[in-house]
Amino acid sequence: MATIYVDGTPHEVEEGQNLLQACLSLGYDLPYFCWHPALHSVGACRQCAVKQFKDERDARGRIVMACMTPVADGIRISIDDPEAREFRKSVIEWLMTNHPHDCPICDEGGSCHLQDMTVMTGHAHRRFRYKKRTYRNQCLGPFLNHEMNRCIQCYRCVRFYRDYAGGRDFDVLGSRNRVYFGRHEDGVLENEFSGNLAEICPTGVFTDKTLKKHYTRKWDLQWSPSICPHCAVGCNVSPGERYGSLRCVVNRYNDAVNGYVLCDRGRFGYEYVNSEKRIRGPLARGAGENAVEAVSKGTALERIRPWISEPERVVGIGSPRASLESNFALRALVGPERFVAGMSDPELRLARRAVSILRDGPAAPPSVAEIEACDAVVVLGEDLTNSAPRLALAVRQAVRRQPTEKAARFKIPAWDAAAVAYCCQNEKGPLLVATPAPDRLDDAATWTRRAAPDDVARLGFAIAHAVCSASPAPDAMSEADRSLAEEVARALKDAKRPAVLTGVSCGSEDVLRAAANLAWALRAEGKDARLSIALPECNSMGLALMDGGSLDQAIEAVENGSAQTLVVLENDLFRRMEKTKAERLLESAQHAIAIDCVENPTTARAEIVLPAAALYEASGTVVNNEGRAQRFDRCYVAEDNIQDGWRWLIDAMSAARRSEAKDWTSLDDVRAAMTEALPALAGVAQLRVEGGKIPRQPHRYSGRTAMRAHIDMSEPTPPEDADSPLAFSMEGYSGAEPPALQPFFWSPGWNSPSAVNKHQREIGGALRGGSPGIRLIEAAPSEKIVWFEEIPQAFSRRPDEWLLVPLSRIFGGEELSVLSPAVAERVAAACIAMNPKDAEALGLKAGDEAEIRLGGTEPIRQPLADMKELPEGVAGWPSGLPGVEWVEMLSWIGRKGTD
Amino acid sequence: MREIVFHLLVVVCVLGGTLSMAGALIWLERRLLALWQDRYGPNRVGPFGLFQPVADAIKIFTKEDWIPPFADRAVFVAAPAVIVVTVLMSFAVVPFAPGVWVADLNVGLLFLFGMSSLGAYSLILAGWASNNKYSLIGGLRAAAQTISYEVFMGLSLMGVVMLAGSFSLRAIVEAQQGVWFCVTQFPALVVFLIAGLAETHRLPFDMPEAESELVAGFHSEYSGMKFGMFFVGEYLAITLLSALATVLFFGGWLGPVLPPLVWFVLKTGALICGIILLRASLPRLRFDQLMSLGWKILLPVALLNIVVTGAIALLGK
Amino acid sequence: MLSALKTIWLVLRHMFHRRVTVQYPETSNYLAPRYRGRIVLTRDPDGEERCVACYLCAAVCPVDCISLQATEDEHGRRYPEFFRINFSRCIFCGFCEEACPTYSIQLTPDNEMSEYKRKNLVYEKDDLLISGPGKYHDYNFYRVAGLAIQGKDKGEAENEEPPVDVRSLLP
Repeated sequence: MATIYVDGTPHEVEEGQNLLQACLSLGYDLPYFCWHPALHSVGACRQCAVKQFKDERDARGRIVMACMTPVADGIRISIDDPEAREFRKSVIEWLMTNHPHDCPICDEGGSCHLQDMTVMTGHAHRRFRYKKRTYRNQCLGPFLNHEMNRCIQCYRCVRFYRDYAGGRDFDVLGSRNRVYFGRHEDGVLENEFSGNLAEICPTGVFTDKTLKKHYTRKWDLQWSPSICPHCAVGCNVSPGERYGSLRCVVNRYNDAVNGYVLCDRGRFGYEYVNSEKRIRGPLARGAGENAVEAVSKGTALERIRPWISEPERVVGIGSPRASLESNFALRALVGPERFVAGMSDPELRLARRAVSILRDGPAAPPSVAEIEACDAVVVLGEDLTNSAPRLALAVRQAVRRQPTEKAARFKIPAWDAAAVAYCCQNEKGPLLVATPAPDRLDDAATWTRRAAPDDVARLGFAIAHAVCSASPAPDAMSEADRSLAEEVARALKDAKRPAVLTGVSCGSEDVLRAAANLAWALRAEGKDARLSIALPECNSMGLALMDGGSLDQAIEAVENGSAQTLVVLENDLFRRMEKTKAERLLESAQHAIAIDCVENPTTARAEIVLPAAALYEASGTVVNNEGRAQRFDRCYVAEDNIQDGWRWLIDAMSAARRSEAKDWTSLDDVRAAMTEALPALAGVAQLRVEGGKIPRQPHRYSGRTAMRAHIDMSEPTPPEDADSPLAFSMEGYSGAEPPALQPFFWSPGWNSPSAVNKHQREIGGALRGGSPGIRLIEAAPSEKIVWFEEIPQAFSRRPDEWLLVPLSRIFGGEELSVLSPAVAERVAAACIAMNPKDAEALGLKAGDEAEIRLGGTEPIRQPLADMKELPEGVAGWPSGLPGVEWVEMLSWIGRKGTD
Repeated sequence: MREIVFHLLVVVCVLGGTLSMAGALIWLERRLLALWQDRYGPNRVGPFGLFQPVADAIKIFTKEDWIPPFADRAVFVAAPAVIVVTVLMSFAVVPFAPGVWVADLNVGLLFLFGMSSLGAYSLILAGWASNNKYSLIGGLRAAAQTISYEVFMGLSLMGVVMLAGSFSLRAIVEAQQGVWFCVTQFPALVVFLIAGLAETHRLPFDMPEAESELVAGFHSEYSGMKFGMFFVGEYLAITLLSALATVLFFGGWLGPVLPPLVWFVLKTGALICGIILLRASLPRLRFDQLMSLGWKILLPVALLNIVVTGAIALLGK
Repeated sequence: MLSALKTIWLVLRHMFHRRVTVQYPETSNYLAPRYRGRIVLTRDPDGEERCVACYLCAAVCPVDCISLQATEDEHGRRYPEFFRINFSRCIFCGFCEEACPTYSIQLTPDNEMSEYKRKNLVYEKDDLLISGPGKYHDYNFYRVAGLAIQGKDKGEAENEEPPVDVRSLLP
């Protein structure tokens, strides 16, 4: 600890940080632009000038940049010094000489760092009489709007895009007073994290293009604390609503999970909520004809009452994209024996395996922040950028970790970003990416290995054996693989905090086992190794922790006649089994009830469809791949008869006159019953928060007395939220809200995303109330490691057959986000990918239509694409993309024209 | 028989006359206040706005008549009626002209005191039944004010009674054939007028309903015609006060040339205008000022007046 | 006591003063152009809508009686998709006019806007938009702002250089 004197007041601060960070942590308002907690200092903007004094007798002092001055014991500075103030004011004045007269039509207005800093420094009058510089803008794709005139040349965008996110197609161009931030030509920004530029940019150069289509100021949006539903990382987000439609999603800082960054799928995938495919009221499908009629809530419940009154005749299919509470309510409706987790057999087996590896082994699942703090990473079998993007970004930060030690040896503080970068040049920390298909992380990797899943697993086992000889060794390894394994093992042993990342998307349990062995081997060697397993959906981990069976169980029950009614909760069965199988299942059930938010093939075949709230309109709990249970609260009450899945199920229970329904009136009641029934989820009980009302709307929220005036002159009472301490109002308690319940960040004078500064214990650290979420999985402390001994045989290609491996796609690979028009624009063309040699052997070339047959089913047609990195004998399948049928991974497909 | 018909006619006329007087007063007061404040006042409904009271009556009758759920219903409904009834009863003993009276009681003046004491109940009960702190405070003020000023009003009139030698109002008028009591009993006149204003809760003595502090005091919760009853009651009370002052101090119907009834109406009308002028010009007193005015000034003056009048009367015999 | 009598005398004398009341509607008062009455949306000198849907009037409104939604034409010019003022709530404070960065929203001396139905006090954009520039004749926001719209490209606004050539290597 060091004592610093700020304007004569002594403060105890942590050593090793810079003065700007320390002053902001202490709560002082000091303007800045080029510095960002995640990007650190470069000292480019000269905005954070303060006066530094030699000692207490020094009255003159000298101006220094706070962001470039390390905290030292006894240092004396003045923020309030008139000369420093004048200096800062002048800097803003210079920046504003070219800033356009745009604020009223700028989307950043009202959440603009530049506005805040200008007000903070007191610059109010333009003295510069000359002309303003202008730029032409670029079209940067469906996500971001570009308005270069507004640029103040702080360089944050390039530093984020290139250094932090690893993008290559964006840079600073031009010279002297003409520097330009953009691409070398118009085109889509390729990086998966480009959307963050809207928040990183301190002014309105980059703004959210999807928000622009239905623009609303930040102060007019109704926010809520929510969780991103588009992958299993569970990034914290704040959705914003106005006039009954969702307008945008912004990052909600959680130091342990997403920090300051979201991926583009999470940020721009929200528009499925406003999609035309939304189910807005209960639907009933008449027998025989395909006529669908909208029915009232009462009629729908009356229709399903006889079907569900005998629970032993009902099977409930849960969903890994529905909340724990919805799944539990379904489990209560049908009984634990007839509740299935809504995952196919292999999916569920993999998820359960992931849980058992994390819970029973010594390697704990790391939070995203912990992955960022690792210094050597092995990625086995998972295309992280496409399946769990935020983890891939964390891996990029981990790769930058090790070279900074060299900078530390030269006494360069870690926050001095430019000096560290100069010192490290292009050095990277160790990263092995071993996947079947080319991976977005390849450019950051030290080693890449393209192999079939079995070979990936064998490589993992080999590295594990090389790290710790107690771990079983695969036999018959090739020389290249053995030396690669040894090299990786050496790098891992040299690291302080190695991490192993894997995932379930390639469908191989062996890969999970190999990753587990590797992480445990590192543990056995005394390393603080972490093991992270990426799962596909936002509540996959939660479902794995619950007790339901797989979909096969449901099929069996329906086909042997023991169940007549099928209740499908927020789940499209056609994404989890072959089309014919799903059709058969829905047809053989006498009655099918689907509860979902958007139309899909399953709801199209259900007899009764009940409209579920989309995640942003719902309240509940989801568990991310780290085992972190996180609550989310509805942003607004959806119109019509839309309500939470668990509320529909409670309504169904009360229609069937079940006793639980009487006791369950709010989310907390369901939560309490759930933690009692399922000990694995006991931690969720801690997420209950009681007390006063926290406003969802900023205090400047406008139009209250006019927004409904054209419909009705009397203003209705805002709806009550029985499920959370949040109010649909601008009135209520604001102050130290529990961080899990903070709908948005704001502080007087801080209207931009930088307002989060005022809510953190120290800048870039945890929120004042701690990191939201409760971890349900902690590693077993046992010393004894039970190694996985079964090692698969090396992959051997079959003649005329190809092993299907998944090609995960960030845009389009997920069911809901693809309904957003902006994301839909980015969806890649569906194709089956093959090594060109294989294609040649088949007599096909890229673009040809390939016909694929799987044992006994109808052939599927798909255009062929060349992918020369793909191992021979393996075919890549873009699972989940619109128009692409479900195919079980790791199955073999036959040659055209053969069975 | 003719006697009975005549008496019934008088009763009906007095009732009709006083009630329509109350209505006319609403118009008169607003016009006069406007006149003294350089405005016009109501001049839109009918010629000179004369039908304004009719419009007001229609409005007040058709307004929602709301009884708050927390009020004591029976008392709440009864209270406004009490004031109207007691004031109307008081008119029974007022001699308008020779032979034109409802009843010539030999204890007329005492009957008047009784009625005005009963009138205080109206305000107290209204304040209490409203079950509202402001109303209750208003009711309490009304009680204190009425009870206090009853004393001075009674004492001030003792001089008149001594000079007239009767409690009968007719006798008092007839006793003024020579010189009006306003000359011989000037201090009593002043005390009577002040006490009378306090009794009727007119400005500047309207503490029970002081809008600025008690949000209309005892009638905060009243609406529609129940509020209208208090309103009418107040104007009836003004009329009564002026009529009494005419009878007791200004020689009642006595006067040359014009018929007696006209004299009576003219004198009463002039007094009413005077009372309205007081409202137009004087600010409301504080409650402690009201009390000290009563007990420290009016009471000694009234007592002194009795002693002096009594002494003169004794000496005169 | 004497002061009370003086007051009464003073008030009585007012009987002979001239009355100040204006007999509206037979005669009416002069209202200055700055009078705060009915709110209008004006057009710029080119006849285009001045409102750029910046939401500042709505934000500043103390009774929250303004609500609008921004939208854009195909060239990026922003305007309100709907603009609603609930005059049954409006207190005619004029804050919206002060907040307006484009001189679009203006208060006029018209105050004769009574209605028998409350709903008729809800004014939509059609009811608010007038055809002229109101009190400020010359101002045109888009001539000053840096944003390119139809008919005004980058660098063509007042006080702007033509767009820089990023590829230039000249010092």
